Amino acid sequence: MEQVAADILTVTLRVKRFNPAVDRKPHWQVFTVEGMEPTDRVLDVLHQAKWHQDGSLSFRRSCAHGVCGSDAMVINGANGLACQVLLSATGPDVTVEAIRGLPVVKDLVVDMQPFFAQYRSVLPWLVAEGDPGYTERRQSPEQRARFDDTTKCILCAACTTSCPVFWPNGSYVGPAAIVQAHRFIFDSRDEGTADRLEVLSDRSGVWRCRTAFNCTNACPRGIRVTEAIQEVKRTILSDRV
Amino acid sequence: MALALISTQVGAPGTLDPVHVHHHRYDAVIVGAGGAGLRAAIEVAGTCRAAVLSKLHPTRSHTGAAQGGMCAALANVEEDSSEWHTFDTIKGGDYLVDQTAARVMCAEAVDAVIELEHFGLPFNRTTDGRIDQRRFGGHTRNHGQAPVRRACYSADRTGHMILQTLYQQCVKRGVTFFDELMALDVVLDDGRVAGVVAYELATGDLHVFATKALLFATGGFGKVFKVTSNAHALTGDGPGLLFRRGIPLQDMEFFQFHPTGIYKLGILLSEAARGEGGVLRNAQGERFMERYAPTVKDLAPRDLVSRAMLTEIREGRGLGPDADFLHLDLTHLPPDQIDAKLPDIADFVRTYQGLEPKIDLIPIQPTAHYAMGGIPTNLDAEVVIDAAGTTVPGLYAAGECACVSVHGANRLGTNSLLDIVVFGRRGGRAMAAFVADASQPDLPADAGGDVRRRIEALKASSGGERVAVVRHQLQEHMMLEASVFRTEESLTKVAGHLGELRARYGDAVIDDKGAVFNYDLTEALELGYLLDLAETLVVSARARTESRGAHFRDDHPSRDDANWMRHTLAHREADGSVRLSYKPVDGGLYEPMERKY
Ligand SMILES: Cc1cc2nc3c(=O)[nH]c(=O)nc-3n(C[C@H](O)[C@H](O)[C@H](O)COP(=O)(O)OP(=O)(O)OC[C@H]3O[C@@H](n4cnc5c(N)ncnc54)[C@H](O)[C@@H]3O)c2cc1C
Ligand code: SF4
Ligand code: FES
Repeated sequence: MEQVAADILTVTLRVKRFNPAVDRKPHWQVFTVEGMEPTDRVLDVLHQAKWHQDGSLSFRRSCAHGVCGSDAMVINGANGLACQVLLSATGPDVTVEAIRGLPVVKDLVVDMQPFFAQYRSVLPWLVAEGDPGYTERRQSPEQRARFDDTTKCILCAACTTSCPVFWPNGSYVGPAAIVQAHRFIFDSRDEGTADRLEVLSDRSGVWRCRTAFNCTNACPRGIRVTEAIQEVKRTILSDRV
Repeated sequence: MALALISTQVGAPGTLDPVHVHHHRYDAVIVGAGGAGLRAAIEVAGTCRAAVLSKLHPTRSHTGAAQGGMCAALANVEEDSSEWHTFDTIKGGDYLVDQTAARVMCAEAVDAVIELEHFGLPFNRTTDGRIDQRRFGGHTRNHGQAPVRRACYSADRTGHMILQTLYQQCVKRGVTFFDELMALDVVLDDGRVAGVVAYELATGDLHVFATKALLFATGGFGKVFKVTSNAHALTGDGPGLLFRRGIPLQDMEFFQFHPTGIYKLGILLSEAARGEGGVLRNAQGERFMERYAPTVKDLAPRDLVSRAMLTEIREGRGLGPDADFLHLDLTHLPPDQIDAKLPDIADFVRTYQGLEPKIDLIPIQPTAHYAMGGIPTNLDAEVVIDAAGTTVPGLYAAGECACVSVHGANRLGTNSLLDIVVFGRRGGRAMAAFVADASQPDLPADAGGDVRRRIEALKASSGGERVAVVRHQLQEHMMLEASVFRTEESLTKVAGHLGELRARYGDAVIDDKGAVFNYDLTEALELGYLLDLAETLVVSARARTESRGAHFRDDHPSRDDANWMRHTLAHREADGSVRLSYKPVDGGLYEPMERKY
């Protein structure tokens, strides 16, 4: 489609940079990126800056359309995926920094290991011991729908790193891990609920959640994260009764 | 003979800046953690000392982007058989498919799907609780009579669910992962596998793995083209680095363009959109596929649909100011069917095009999607280097980077997710059996020397162009001159450009000289592989003076079975040029016939 001049944007991109080899503290760098269009992604702006101005700018990305979970970052103050936020939403002034609460390794790249350790802590796999034989386990469409929402998670960490409880307390298991647990707890085929609930009712588990809803707002997959956490809380309570 | 090329060059020690080198010893190493690599890992887990390295965190792999489904003749919703599936696969591949391999894949498909369900994969279900199935292009009942419901699916995020489920099973089994390690060289010694050299993104350190067995599962290389459904990371590193060590690459001229990429962006809108009833329309609003494939219409195989689309565009029936796109029409589908079966792609249309697929027609164009060619392998995923089937002991490949060849000249939708699971499993199993008897190989002293020199040279380069500029031009030329339609003239042109781009790549500069998450460097290394693979593609395509599957020559528009019913092997010569040889197709089950739909 022909672009009229008014649709061409000059973007002012502010990036919080940190290079452990030379910097003691992070600092801001401003890029002016010309020739962008409102339908371009923040990721496109980052690429233009990196590819044509300063190749030392580091950020993770792969799929470029919101399915791999590589590029969660703070964009104009809110967590999102750089490949899913368009300039039509941000306008020509774009500020990006690394997601909060995980150690920054370089620029927009954080150490994801603590996040994946939390993921592993909830036993993220189907626990089902019986042998169903040479056929599928049966599950009705209604049973399947029960946990559909939480199967969408791409482990991008946007939720966990938007959580005000997680920021000061990295031991909190965090919304993403609870979403993963939810995906199995509400799967009719799963038999691991007791073990998962034990992990999640622990001091660093679901009770830390203060229903701030930041996670739900941050989730690029539109998962009702807070609701999933509430459902897990209710299950723990009803189990204890 | 080809083995003579496979020697490790040892560098003069002490001539380079010190780089930390870590040494590891394993029985089996898997490079790549998409569906193929993870499925192989599950198979070797617990049987030997095994590790998986991946340049992306495993769950970032592009298997997660797959949408539509995975075919298996479960016959859960209507009559079906794996024999029909085999036939469709062979016909869909325009008879360049190795027929035994196709038969094995389609027969094992049922088991593979059931196993994924047992692993926890949340398939969509029928009302009686079985795995639901839907239609997909080229999959038919009884040898082409009508479309059949064969694709097992999980909404339109089947690949996401496969990737997540396989990763979960690996976590459960305690598989050893080296995340964000990028393999850059293979060490072959005396005709067998000795190890692999990888670069650690977080530190810039090198890791040298001595291993008895090595499986490559590095995925596709769609990034040779400008408009592609492939991720940035899909740069063909596995085939590229093996090629440089003398392993030939098979059928590289066959690259699939998927009909429904989002206009300009290339983001995929799954064929499931048409499986659910969506249709393609031209500028006149005509459902043009009725003219090209009267029986299956919009559900014809991708090569036919993509060519039909570009024919419509060439003949002036495209849309937009440049008349260069067409429409995908979902507006007649019940809105709740879109919500239930195609939620993600509907969201892509909303996010990236600002359109509502329930109301608006969706601008689309063919997008570079899938590499049928790759590292030649046999049924056990062993790499084979010649027409005689000679293997390199310990060397395996599976998934999109491999070529067994079950997809021949054109892959059917849903058959790649199937391929990665079936041959990932077979490869893992074969590897586990192999290492039980194999001795530990010796690594040459400076196994990482070549990689070190490559990295140092890139960091030392000054004055040349930026990597991104060279890559961009590569992608533009490949798109213009070596994509859906090809001619001797266009291929000669692009061959010339490639030579020139290669020279410019030799001087290209990077800004980042650092050690930590230096993607400037890794993108440069990736471009090296893209250039090599583009060249194998173009040389192979130029030689093949016929049209078959995804390879269409305007100047040779028919299939020529007398001369070209054979696989291409592209070999790297000592002087850097590409030499071609050929190997026969494993036929026998079905006689080639004209491909009509
Ligand atoms: C958008 C889209 C939709 C699709 N939909 C379908 C579908 O519905 N049905 C179907 O059957 N097929 C589909 N396909 C095709 C199919 O998804 C892929 O062919 C398949 O998933 C490839 O799997 P893989 O395991 O071979 O590679 P990938 O999943 O691409 O994984 C490659 C792995 O290799 C690693 N890697 C790469 N280079 C290196 C290196 N140098 N060192 C270390 N690690 C490395 C990566 O980190 C990654 O882990 C689709 C493809 C796309 C792009
Ligand atoms: S729940 Fe949403 S925000 Fe959280 S990790 Fe998963 S996809 Fe990301
Ligand atoms: S790059 Fe994959 S989610 Fe953004």
